[in-house]
Amino acid sequence: MGDNAEQQHPIGIYLKIWFLLFVLSTLSYLVDYFQVQGLLRWTLIIVFMLLKAGLILSIFMHVNWEKLSLKLLLFVPPIAILILIALMAIEADYTYLNRIDFINPEQ
Amino acid sequence: MTTDKQQDQPNQLSQVEQESGMHSVVTDWAADKEVFNMPWGKLMMWIFLLSDTFIFSIFLTSYMNVRMTTTASWPSSSEVFALTIAGHHIPLLLIAIMTFILITSSGTMAMAVNFAYRGDKSKTFWLMLATALLGASFVGMQAFEWTKLIVDEGIRPWGNPMGAPQFGSIFFMITGFHGLHVSCGVIYLAIIANKVRKGDYDKKGFHIVEITGLYWHFVDLVWVFIFAFFYLW
Repeated sequence: MGDNAEQQHPIGIYLKIWFLLFVLSTLSYLVDYFQVQGLLRWTLIIVFMLLKAGLILSIFMHVNWEKLSLKLLLFVPPIAILILIALMAIEADYTYLNRIDFINPEQ
Repeated sequence: MTTDKQQDQPNQLSQVEQESGMHSVVTDWAADKEVFNMPWGKLMMWIFLLSDTFIFSIFLTSYMNVRMTTTASWPSSSEVFALTIAGHHIPLLLIAIMTFILITSSGTMAMAVNFAYRGDKSKTFWLMLATALLGASFVGMQAFEWTKLIVDEGIRPWGNPMGAPQFGSIFFMITGFHGLHVSCGVIYLAIIANKVRKGDYDKKGFHIVEITGLYWHFVDLVWVFIFAFFYLW
């Protein structure tokens, strides 16, 4: 098996990432436990989520060591999802305002 | 005039430049060879995971849409998923434990891939088995959670006593689909681990362990987003 030289990382790196994921999960749990509210809550949740996702993708799934061609294959198509989310958020806002006007105007 | 001449000079790239950045992409796609230099099974797994990303993203987007549009109050997930242990009311405890179990299983899986490429079949088998068992315990906890919500809390896909009726349908759809992925992953892991132990890949190479690992890490990755958006938001 001469074609797997890039896979030979020391086991220590996985233990370090494992530990980091534990810490990040604990921190995001503590956001809820201490009932942090408002803008700080959304910011912390998103930051911890993106850090965890980044660590899993780049180290555990080895994307960090893949060529740019594969990275583009993986990360360009999901831009469509971001556009969908933006469009649906605008749509949802409009629906909500209409429901307030026509379903229960007392709110 | 002299600057024009300098720009006409052909741009000589060093070897390093050709093998990195956009030049490597051009080389990969333009050369008379396979674009992605990896086992076909690994590429197919990546493409499957990309399609799965779209499915889960659409589920989560529909959740966002439903939650933004409902005029009823959304049930507090912190309270719905709280556990009372020895008289202490701890919010979201079960979900936190499930999160740690899934992360741990990802760690054991990553090490299994590493040992597979070193040719250590015994360690690979036991680490994959540990991953499968952790995954099975995750599914078990999810079954417990579903039972608690359906039997004790009276949450149904069409309504619940706590607020917005869409809570139940979104919860059962998203966590159910994720749980199905974990269950399939446990079976997949068990089959591959057993084949590794029997020596089926001694000649073919152990890429299959990495491919199985990609699937398993993806299941963990999806949980990160579900945990953030459904349980914490």
